[in-house]
Amino acid sequence: MKSGIVSYGAYIPRYRIRPKDIGVVWGADGEAMGRGLNIRAKSVPGPDEDVITISVEAARACMAKVDLDPTEIGAIYVGSESHPYAVKPTATIVAEAISSAPVLTAADFEFACKAGTAAIQTTMGLTLSKMMKYGLAIGSDTSQGAPGDALEYSASAGGAAFLIGVDHVAAEIAHTVSFTTDTPDFWRREGQRYPSHGGRFTGEPAYFKHVLNCAQLLFKRAGTTAEDYDHAVFHQPNGKFPVRAAKQLGFKEGQIDTGLCVREIGNTYSGAIMVGLCAILDEADPGDRIFAVGYGSGAGSDGFDLTVTEEIRKIRRDATPSIKEMIADSVFLDYATYAKYRGKILMREA
Amino acid sequence: MRDVAVIGVGETEFGELWDRSFRDLGIEAGLKAIQDAKLRSEDIDAVYIGNMSAGKFIDQEHVSALVADYSGLADMHLPTVRVEGGGACGAIALLQARLAIASGMHDIVVVGGAEKMTDVGEVQAAEILSSTADQEWESVFGATFAGLYAMMARRHMHEFGTTREQMAAVAVKNHKNGALNPEAQFQKEITIDAVLQAPWVAEPLGLFDCAPLSDGAAAVVLCEAQRARKFSDTPIRIAGSGQASDFLALHDRRDLTTLDATVIAGKRAFHEAKIMPKDIQVAEVHDNFTISEILAIEDLRFIEKGKGGPATAEGLTALNGKISVNTSGGLKARGQPVGATGVAQAVEIVRQLRGEAGKRQVVGARHGLTHTLGGTGATAVVHLFERGD
Amino acid sequence: MSLAIPRFWREIQSRYNLIGTKCGNCGKVDFPPRAVCPVCGRKSIGKMQRFQLGGKGSVVTYTVIHDAPAQFEMQKPYVMAIIEMDEGVRLTSQLIDVKPEDVRIGMKVQASFRKLGQDGDAGVIHYGYKFRPAG
Repeated sequence: MKSGIVSYGAYIPRYRIRPKDIGVVWGADGEAMGRGLNIRAKSVPGPDEDVITISVEAARACMAKVDLDPTEIGAIYVGSESHPYAVKPTATIVAEAISSAPVLTAADFEFACKAGTAAIQTTMGLTLSKMMKYGLAIGSDTSQGAPGDALEYSASAGGAAFLIGVDHVAAEIAHTVSFTTDTPDFWRREGQRYPSHGGRFTGEPAYFKHVLNCAQLLFKRAGTTAEDYDHAVFHQPNGKFPVRAAKQLGFKEGQIDTGLCVREIGNTYSGAIMVGLCAILDEADPGDRIFAVGYGSGAGSDGFDLTVTEEIRKIRRDATPSIKEMIADSVFLDYATYAKYRGKILMREA
Repeated sequence: MRDVAVIGVGETEFGELWDRSFRDLGIEAGLKAIQDAKLRSEDIDAVYIGNMSAGKFIDQEHVSALVADYSGLADMHLPTVRVEGGGACGAIALLQARLAIASGMHDIVVVGGAEKMTDVGEVQAAEILSSTADQEWESVFGATFAGLYAMMARRHMHEFGTTREQMAAVAVKNHKNGALNPEAQFQKEITIDAVLQAPWVAEPLGLFDCAPLSDGAAAVVLCEAQRARKFSDTPIRIAGSGQASDFLALHDRRDLTTLDATVIAGKRAFHEAKIMPKDIQVAEVHDNFTISEILAIEDLRFIEKGKGGPATAEGLTALNGKISVNTSGGLKARGQPVGATGVAQAVEIVRQLRGEAGKRQVVGARHGLTHTLGGTGATAVVHLFERGD
Repeated sequence: MSLAIPRFWREIQSRYNLIGTKCGNCGKVDFPPRAVCPVCGRKSIGKMQRFQLGGKGSVVTYTVIHDAPAQFEMQKPYVMAIIEMDEGVRLTSQLIDVKPEDVRIGMKVQASFRKLGQDGDAGVIHYGYKFRPAG
């Protein structure tokens, strides 16, 4: 018996801003910054969007693809580093909004950018153990970079939801493995509005060490090499890191292209690898094998070996917009409007 | 049922009256009406007050006792009643006072209407106004009061080809009338272009399509008709009254371009008075937005459904036109202290029927009508008045 | 407009999931839920069944709000519409993901999930339906 993805759904806000338009405000060469990060634009949530609305939209898109009673979902976990409430779960609101409540368990996860994949692993265990029939794992963020900080060019918004179970599995997860250490490369202290980071320390000792180690463990566990996979997807804080990691692991450009959404929408943090995986599932055929390794600062990596099954044809993949369609449906903002939408302008009390 | 007549009227000026409190306004209008009727305090049997939202505007409830008290009537220990019904509260107070006399319970009742709206900011005032719409299923979702009327306007334009220019003609006409009314908030004529070029409030309604926020009060004295001659040479009889309600939320109504409550309230009033819309020479209708007057003149059967826009543009509702509508300037130019509206409309009609309307006098006015709305038309009240001779 | 916590909370089912009622007597659908059918009156008492709207409808009329309440200040100008749901019942909602000039009477729309407002920066956040052009 294998656990896996029964259905999936994602949501990307339609607003965008270009690195050039951010740079011009801070006296920086934004275009060069964008080229360096391999990011052409980043998604921006509207003033009425947050992690809760993104999570609900993703969860609804996930449920719209299958005919399944939402009360059969036994657990909902939402991974994010930008939950609108510091105390009060996002997951309960999702549960009500997809009519899964009240007989289920729910909680919010936080592990920088890998809280969503942690939720996938948790629901795999719960469904494999027959504790419940289905679990819903969501990764979603409306991440903020401090104004003018390098992160501001990439920190974006989006999320994805995966229905995990052992019946009607459209993408089997044959293996999952994690690699975790205490590495303070990026953090946000309680009460702080913007996250802090260790600059170049976020590279080698953080992202690359964890992603590469986790990937090697996964190859070993699965008895595979890069050649055995049709697609590979990695955490994508920018368009550069995952490409370099993939290359070091022996993947070719064609294998990572479909899931590399960061170039068009920026880093959606907890949503990043999950949105990338959705983009692959949008196009995958039965038999396709997918290699996925996420990363969360602080730090850890979760790796997954997936194989798409015949069930993928039974999912109504066209019931909701594809990742490609959501990426194409974009409205570009200037920095002033972006600053207004992101609450960066000091307002009088409403 | 006993006949009831108006024997005295009074009102304050309408506008942004920074130096006047709610109490000041209520007292001034009441005393003017009592004086006009040449009453002594001991003649008064009861006081009815129309007030929309003193609780929100000035954080004061129990305003019926307050107004009687500050009018020097505390020692009379009169029964006092405050009526709530959105913008229609003054007209409902009038109707309830009429019933109290008609039933034989009272002989003389003072009816007041008052609102003090400028003690809160404009954004807050607009939110208070919208509380007469459905808070749970309209306002929470972002529908403003102007927005709801704008959606009626959009639908009227869609179904009947009504234009913004035709709606603007309502504002232009009412400002023209207001310029002849020394009590009006706006005594200045405006042009169609000024209306069309004003900033948007809620498309297709601009700033000049909307009645202002105002402070003000109005009062009338009602008397059993047989005794009325003792107090007034020209008592004005209430010939008929009709009130009707409808779904609270606009979206639940049968039709978005007809206010059924107006249609039914009108039918009831005309039925009682045994007259027809064509018998009316002068009408004060609820023009809180320009589209509202167009709907009112159609729903009251003065003008064929859908033709209210062209009729206004052609001048059929101008002073001494086919029917003179909103000779006082209406809510648009005279001002809109919400609770005062229904009573102030009655004051204007009484003045017209007495022949005391000065420069805005409608020639040969014998029958007059008031039409008052609550919310977006969930309540409508129509009163018909006639000269006693 | 500030809302007491229980006041918003008790309407969550309808605001999140478009839960209304269907009259067991005549079949008319109402939204939000009603205890008495406006058509059948007394005959419907006890027969009003929970009914979830499908979330699809079309624009009957609309406006673009420029003078906004404090809660909606960040979104102005924004579009409000009366929407006739495919089940026949109408409701009032904001239209999102559309330029004001592109809105048309008759336009097909579908429900989405958005933030409606909040009770200040420290208070409860209100979520519910808004509509966007049907994809």
